[in-house]
Amino acid sequence: MWSDVFHAVFAPGFFQNGSVRQALLLGSATAILSGMVGVFAVLRGQSFAGHALGDFGATGASGAFLLGAPAIWGFLTVGLLGGTAMDVLGRRPRERDVATGITLTFILGLGALFLYFDTTHSNTTGAPMTILFGSIFLIDPALVPITLSLAILTLMLLFVLYRPLLLSSLSPDLARARGVPVRVVSILFMSALAMTVEQAAILIGALLSTALLIGPAATAIRLVKRPGQAMTVAALVGLLATWLGILCAYDSYNWPPLHRGWPVSFFVAALLLLFYLAASAGATSISRVRIRRNPYRHFPQTWKKVASPRERGDA
Amino acid sequence: MSTLWSWLFPPGLFSSSFMVDTWEGASIVAVIAGFVGFFVVLRGSAFVAHALPKGGFAGAACATFFGFNSILGLAMFSVGGALGIAWLGRRGRHDVVTALTLVFLLGTGALFLNLNNLYAPEIYSLLFGEILGITHREVLDTAAIGVISVVLLGFLYRPLLLLSILPTTAEARGIRPRRMETVFLIVVGLATAVTVPIVGALLSFSLMIAPAAAARYWTVRPLHAMGLSAAIAVFIVALSIFLSYDTGWPVGFFVAALAAAVYALSRALHPTTRTSSKARANCS
Repeated sequence: MWSDVFHAVFAPGFFQNGSVRQALLLGSATAILSGMVGVFAVLRGQSFAGHALGDFGATGASGAFLLGAPAIWGFLTVGLLGGTAMDVLGRRPRERDVATGITLTFILGLGALFLYFDTTHSNTTGAPMTILFGSIFLIDPALVPITLSLAILTLMLLFVLYRPLLLSSLSPDLARARGVPVRVVSILFMSALAMTVEQAAILIGALLSTALLIGPAATAIRLVKRPGQAMTVAALVGLLATWLGILCAYDSYNWPPLHRGWPVSFFVAALLLLFYLAASAGATSISRVRIRRNPYRHFPQTWKKVASPRERGDA
Repeated sequence: MSTLWSWLFPPGLFSSSFMVDTWEGASIVAVIAGFVGFFVVLRGSAFVAHALPKGGFAGAACATFFGFNSILGLAMFSVGGALGIAWLGRRGRHDVVTALTLVFLLGTGALFLNLNNLYAPEIYSLLFGEILGITHREVLDTAAIGVISVVLLGFLYRPLLLLSILPTTAEARGIRPRRMETVFLIVVGLATAVTVPIVGALLSFSLMIAPAAAARYWTVRPLHAMGLSAAIAVFIVALSIFLSYDTGWPVGFFVAALAAAVYALSRALHPTTRTSSKARANCS
């Protein structure tokens, strides 16, 4: 009976299949990296930039194809250039939204032109669709060492940046006062974000790179308060969604209506939305309980700070 | 000289019937995008304006799967996405919620594209747009939805402007921010449904962002900015069609490049910020 259940959950061949194993490995690496970087992207309000970087991949790929270079370098070049442009143009918070939009516009337009040149030389109409939606089961093995070393490089950059980045994300003024070079940190983080998103986009598609960047991080920030914990939780949530998504996609091979499998991206996106909804519903009910127990709930925030030392008898 | 003239203005540019439809459709789209874009830029909703067209594209895939009009599916997904963002935005941060909604809509789109066993060129054309292939019927549809969204925007104009600039005053005067935000997002969704079939999902938002953002550098008056933004949008689209007709390159590229150029130019010259900094210098 248990083996029936086991086979219903893990369709036969799930653990033996080579492409599934590769998808699990690379999906996990991407999910961990994206989750950790994503916490900062969400804290800094750079979801739009993170998504835009994923879209730049299409331009990079079609540009690289035009020049006959490997796609990964096209992804990285356009990602890093576009990221820098967004960061420099959107220096003031009010301009950031529009700056990201304009950069995205220009790079997508360039992509349309490259694609036009590509298709007049050869027939590659499927390329933008693959980049947009991606396929985790069809990964070029030659990409594996490059993307994994990029991931390690990005994680190292993130750990070096960790403290100044955290301070300048939460309170730029305080960071500036303490001598943190806020602009440099901002540009360095943007390149870390670009490398993360581009390596995710080339492996699993732009759609999933945005999903794994924002979804787990937003969920984690709802659940825990400390940034270090949030990074761990985000990586775990990303891993869970990726594994469940790959499992569902593998199982769905026998599902109606066509018996050819549902896409991983659908499952991962739906799961991440569900996790986020559950976490925000849970966090709202918990904070309600906390507020009810808080004796200072009728006072404004400043009052609490002024009142508490006196009560302890310090004054 | 006459060869240059006939290369620049090939016969049929203004007279052949499909080009007439193109000019009409494109102008309507540009005016709507310019008007709606003013509020999109003012409220900092550029991400929403990017997410809804892409989500709508997924809706077209869904509609093809169930066998109904793809424009209807597009409208349903973009307005549905707008409602979803408004509903989820009550609790979470707007950009995060937009990203999650967009990813979910795209995931659904990927599912239906995958289940559609047949190649559907009209879906792919929605991604990049087919400005040179609009039919007369589409122009009429565009005009109808466009009039609805502009009329809605006319009703919203004063309260939405107050809410965007002075949120607390607006609330004190009895404007409900959530409801206003929801109606505004629906207008953006409708405008999306109009613009996507003509300029494509990837670039319909460039017409909403760039002209409005450029117009804000030239004037501080809201009505002037709206008019200027619509005028810039019409200019960009017209010049893009013209250049695309001459060179055969994609319209999307010209729209994007011109939009970015107009924005860059306005930002570099920025008369409004210059006067305000001068005024600040006078004060101190």
